[in-house]
Amino acid sequence: MSRMITYRDALVEAVTHEMRRDSSVFVYGIDVADHKRIFDSNKGLLEEFGPNRCFNTPLSEDAMTGFGLGAALNGLRPIHIHMRVDFMILAMNQLVNMISSFRYGSGGRFKVPFVVRAIIGRGWGQSFQHNKSLHSWVAHIPGLKVIMPTSPKDALGMTMAAIRDDNPVISIEHRWLYDALGAVSHTAETQPLTGAEVIHPGNDITILATSWMNIEAKQAAEVLGRRGVTVEVVDARSISPFDETVLVESVNKTGYCIVADNDWVHCGFGAEVAARISHTCFGRLKAPVERLGFAPTPCPCTRPLENAFYTGATEIIRTIESMLKLSPTDLSGEHFFSYEKKFKGPF
Amino acid sequence: MKEKEIQLGLYRKVYLTRRAEDLIRAHYLEDGMKTPMHMSTGGEAISSGICEALQAEDQVLGTYRSHALYLSRTGESDLFFAEMYGKATGMAKGKGGSMHLTAADEGLICTSAIVASNIPVALGAAFANKMAGKESVVAVFFGDGAIDEGVFWESLNAACLMGLRVLFVCEDNGYAVHIPAHKRHGYQSITTIVSGFECDVWQSDSTDAWQIYLLAQQARAAAIQNNRPGFLHLKYYRYLEHVGVFEDFKAGYRSRTEFEPWLERDPVKIQRENLLRWLTEEAVLLLEKQIDQQIETSLQRAMEAPFADHSELLMDLYA
Ligand SMILES: Cc1ncc(C[n+]2csc(CCOP(=O)(O)OP(=O)(O)O)c2C)c(N)n1
Repeated sequence: MSRMITYRDALVEAVTHEMRRDSSVFVYGIDVADHKRIFDSNKGLLEEFGPNRCFNTPLSEDAMTGFGLGAALNGLRPIHIHMRVDFMILAMNQLVNMISSFRYGSGGRFKVPFVVRAIIGRGWGQSFQHNKSLHSWVAHIPGLKVIMPTSPKDALGMTMAAIRDDNPVISIEHRWLYDALGAVSHTAETQPLTGAEVIHPGNDITILATSWMNIEAKQAAEVLGRRGVTVEVVDARSISPFDETVLVESVNKTGYCIVADNDWVHCGFGAEVAARISHTCFGRLKAPVERLGFAPTPCPCTRPLENAFYTGATEIIRTIESMLKLSPTDLSGEHFFSYEKKFKGPF
Repeated sequence: MKEKEIQLGLYRKVYLTRRAEDLIRAHYLEDGMKTPMHMSTGGEAISSGICEALQAEDQVLGTYRSHALYLSRTGESDLFFAEMYGKATGMAKGKGGSMHLTAADEGLICTSAIVASNIPVALGAAFANKMAGKESVVAVFFGDGAIDEGVFWESLNAACLMGLRVLFVCEDNGYAVHIPAHKRHGYQSITTIVSGFECDVWQSDSTDAWQIYLLAQQARAAAIQNNRPGFLHLKYYRYLEHVGVFEDFKAGYRSRTEFEPWLERDPVKIQRENLLRWLTEEAVLLLEKQIDQQIETSLQRAMEAPFADHSELLMDLYA
């Protein structure tokens, strides 16, 4: 039995479920308990669990991250929320110099069950200080787990699993996914924290996508599907650890791979994927792995340049055409997603 | 300068800011200005009073809530509205928007949307000015939320230690987004604590631009004479929602009753009364008409201006 819920409600359900199950779980951060509840992703928590388990903090990301570490070491399971990934940058010292190496440095005596939820902003002139993803930054650091749930199923199940995990897990959520509807099982179920997943089957070319780029990739697949080109879209789900099994299987089948990353290309996650695929699928590849992502600039405010900054279904389609040597598809009748035309699912 | 000119300068700034934001409010729902608006409405006395007291060689830095600072410092509205509309004629060619106004030639170094990130920048700027032997100050504006951040305290300490002519201007509207100060601060009075540092501390809850001007003038003179920072704690009330162009008393985290006494001493109203001691009603009306025309013209120009060409995306990344 399954039911349809939004990504936002999946987050609420995950945290509510875990907080009921385990009284050591608590949620905190800037504006976490105000009336907007972080885009309503913390709906009802304050009411049900009270101000000791759902609370606002001063604007002190660095200190509040160290606070989370201390709480985790002494038996609690903190969930720290940043309304934008860009604000998590202020917490980097604690995340990278303290939290990531804590267990290792204690000879395995400590564990750090600590979840950080950080949200990627986009659109309406978010500009260069409110739009970052930075999963490759944190994924670069051994000792941190990094996930990017795309579907409501994963928002529910991976968040639950992250809370139960005894390691620091950074969950990076795209704001545009919050209204997306998707099927989840009747009872709340955890999902594995690593392992990619095929979300659109195909035989001609593989796209490995992260976060929002899955939506773009799926749309590209649907458009090309009408021409008889079948595109396999693989959701990376987890950035660190990244398990390439499913991707390798797909690329061995198609011989082509594009990485569509919700990030800048240079030194990004796409480079890691491309390296692994060239290593593992070397003889099977019919073309070099292509990488798509943000333009190599800060994100501009104004819409025309912002549109040029981001990569989407159109660029994915054009890249596929050039790799498969297809004539350009007429895209004049297509409606792609935007800030105004939000993706609402279903997945 | 004669008091009359100063009162006039203050009213220009206050009125320009209020009317420019009224115009933004009137047009925002048309969706031409695709940028998150953090409105200054209610806080005009602070930016205008301080900018009036600052000299051309002084520099300023602000936050994402800097319409008042920009307009007070520059007096211009063409680049301002063009940037709101994301047009090629904006000061950042549309790349910055409302949260990232700058005016390099007028000494507005930056406005930043990461809370408190502008504060340490003021120290380096003041240091460079000191090395160059300049008699100037750098004023950095921030909210009461910014003083929660470690970098505020680090910067205050370093500026005091290094004897830098920085004016720390805390624009305290009592809230960070929706959270009141008493739920974020483990102390009663910021000025009491900052008084323990080697700097001069000033405070006011006046919405009278002239009073803020007098205070800022003293603070500036003290920073230059004493070769050390000044900390100005200035209270005001944010009339509108944290981000957006509407009132938000229905949201429940603050009440209209709290707002009403502030509205009674509205900064625009007070400065108008101040000016009427020097100018006739007709003269003030004429001035207002000129400013209204200025911003209407700027708005029209902004609406008609072109967007930057796509090639602009890759420009200005490196020097
Ligand atoms: C480092 C950082 N953390 C969080 C935010 C989100 N945020 C934006 S404005 C704001 C409140 C700031 O309040 P205050 O400094 O009092 O300024 P005001 O908005 O009242 O002018 C917060 C938390 C941010 N922009 N930067």
